[in-house]
Amino acid sequence: MRVALFVTCINDLLHPRTGQAVVALLERLGVEVGFPDGQSCCGQPQFNTGYRHATEPLVRRFDRVFRDFDHVVTPSGSCAAMVRDNYPRIGAKAAAEGRGRELADAAAAAVPKTYELTEFLVDVLKVEDVGAYYPHTVTYHPTCHGLRMLGLGDRPRRLLERVRGLELRELPGAEECCGFGGTFAVKNAAVSAAMGADKVRNVVATGAEALCTVDNSCLLHLGTTLTRQGAAVRPVHIAEILASTEGRVW
Amino acid sequence: MSGTYLGMPAFPRAAAAATRDGRLRANLTHATHTIRDKRAAAVAELDDWAELRAAGAAVKDRTLRHLDHYLEQLEAAVTAAGGQVHWAVDADEANALVTRLVRETGEREVVKVKSMATQEIGLNDALARAGIRAYETDLAELIVQLGGDLPSHILVPAIHRNRSEIRDIFRREMAGWGRPAPEGLSDSPAELAEAARLHLREKFLSAKVGISGANFMVAETGTLVVVESEGNGRMCLTLPETLISVVGIEKVVPSWQDLEVFLQLLPRSSTAERMNPYTSTWTGTTDGDGPQTFHLVLLDNGRTDALADTVGRQALRCIRCSACLNVCPVYERAGGHAYGSPYPGPIGAILTPQLRGIGGPLEASLPYASSLCGACYEVCPVAIDIPEVLVHLRERVVQGGPVTRGGARVVLKPAKGHAAERAAMRAAAWAFDHPGALRTGERLAARTRRLHPRRLPGPGRAWSATRDLPEVPAESFRDWWQRTRRTSAAQQGGSG
Repeated sequence: MRVALFVTCINDLLHPRTGQAVVALLERLGVEVGFPDGQSCCGQPQFNTGYRHATEPLVRRFDRVFRDFDHVVTPSGSCAAMVRDNYPRIGAKAAAEGRGRELADAAAAAVPKTYELTEFLVDVLKVEDVGAYYPHTVTYHPTCHGLRMLGLGDRPRRLLERVRGLELRELPGAEECCGFGGTFAVKNAAVSAAMGADKVRNVVATGAEALCTVDNSCLLHLGTTLTRQGAAVRPVHIAEILASTEGRVW
Repeated sequence: MSGTYLGMPAFPRAAAAATRDGRLRANLTHATHTIRDKRAAAVAELDDWAELRAAGAAVKDRTLRHLDHYLEQLEAAVTAAGGQVHWAVDADEANALVTRLVRETGEREVVKVKSMATQEIGLNDALARAGIRAYETDLAELIVQLGGDLPSHILVPAIHRNRSEIRDIFRREMAGWGRPAPEGLSDSPAELAEAARLHLREKFLSAKVGISGANFMVAETGTLVVVESEGNGRMCLTLPETLISVVGIEKVVPSWQDLEVFLQLLPRSSTAERMNPYTSTWTGTTDGDGPQTFHLVLLDNGRTDALADTVGRQALRCIRCSACLNVCPVYERAGGHAYGSPYPGPIGAILTPQLRGIGGPLEASLPYASSLCGACYEVCPVAIDIPEVLVHLRERVVQGGPVTRGGARVVLKPAKGHAAERAAMRAAAWAFDHPGALRTGERLAARTRRLHPRRLPGPGRAWSATRDLPEVPAESFRDWWQRTRRTSAAQQGGSG
């Protein structure tokens, strides 16, 4: 089983610790992880803003870079959903525009082997207790693309519930969007900020020490809103919780 | 707010103003969360909801594929049953038609059933210009009309008003339209409803002309269907001598068997009821029973153009239930007026730009009025993939491309004001496809990280007004991997 980490551009630049946590976690579970250096961005910011053609080279690149791997694991529900939901659309549209099946074939190769981290753990490795220790109160926000596009269901919660020392606090209005939405955060800044403020109010009300999601992009918006408000809640990616052990707190 | 959508600002500006209106926010949050929770419970009662939803989408898709056939079948059936069918290509033509039909009756007043199509074409204003007064009889539409206001929700047009505001509107305005509000009217729902009932009863009993829309039209028998909760529709559809119905061409369904699917989907999705209190159906005219003259005005107004778009056409499945509005976090905070049309919320964001075209600043801003969270798609009873259409329309905005307008194929130019964004997106796409350059950029960002400001000037303020800037770590993941695992990375062999 050849497993590649698709770290995503946001994690590469802004949250390298999340990528390191995925590597540590998977290696602890006996999985050998590769990191093909040619990987880049999934193309979601461009695609969701209307620049579909600008994402086409990235679809080709994804296929090429990960061709030799059986599984591609990514610590992002949103980027996994981009590959699984939108790559086939990009391929189909290119074909409809009379530009052949090349992109559709690239998408078809990428879709079945791309997994968000918690999916990979639960569905492929068939593990829910990953042997983690995280002695903190945590509230979990199910991010929209993981929840609705990937259908992650309760996989992240099942993993968190088996972390020793972790106390899960229910987040009111958990399934409401945090207001990030990529370029939405600047194109409709007032509405985005209002959504973020409401989400943060609910997070703070739980009294949890940490806010956990499967997406650092949403955490970027929520975490920077929290720090601006002076709240003490720590944003943490689920990979960093699952990677933590008594010997090594992430 | 005056009774027109003309000249409204682009979505972000109107929405930003709405986020600062605390009372509006409170009204909307309370109302949408209440309906949202009730809908979820009503839908959960059916174990075949997923199948019903798929059937609803399939019936609509099949009908839209053969729309010409079913419309002609409908026309023949309505005509055979004693009705008269008129075709209106746009709002002006429809308004002129209805005005002429009312004038021919010699009446100067009409009563109206709640109708999205007549809101869409601005019929009340057109009639007023011709000296004809139209009375809205749906309670929420009455509140909007008396308040000189615009609807802000498809199902509950006065959702932005709370009951003390409604009491004030009734006290102040009812006398100018007919029977005044009772002395000492309070804001209790029962008293407000009774005031409306007394006010409207006079209209129902004196009206000679009724104007409606329709939720569905059954092609096989030429039957129109209106579903409602208050009974005002039943009054308007049965008491007047003349009935004029203005209906979008996409409202046709082939058969009564198809209708059955939607009579299950619609009430649970819209009012969270198992069955709506009133379902009125009529087929042409019947001697000695109900209106003796019936006109059906079939409205295009951009629908054929939308139908030509293979991705966008799914918006024409919409049965106007409002479930997408009630779950939308953007609608909840922006309010309905920011969408600049009678179709607010997620469905409005994909319908308005298709019906009107994306030439104007408001229409070009609507596809961006969403965080793409997908809650709308999840609840849509006819499975309209609203996020998919939003992204599709965004592409039309920034890249232009082939569209159908007025029945003709034209190539649209990219919208103005996206030049800088376009350049940035292209630069990003280039860098992402050249990992060497990307790595250099990442290292530059890391090395200068102590110099990064906490707040940005200019356009960057949109982020940093309410959020800090993220801190850039000293080392990217890519560099960490190279530094710690160079040999194993080389063995992995992924090519660039």
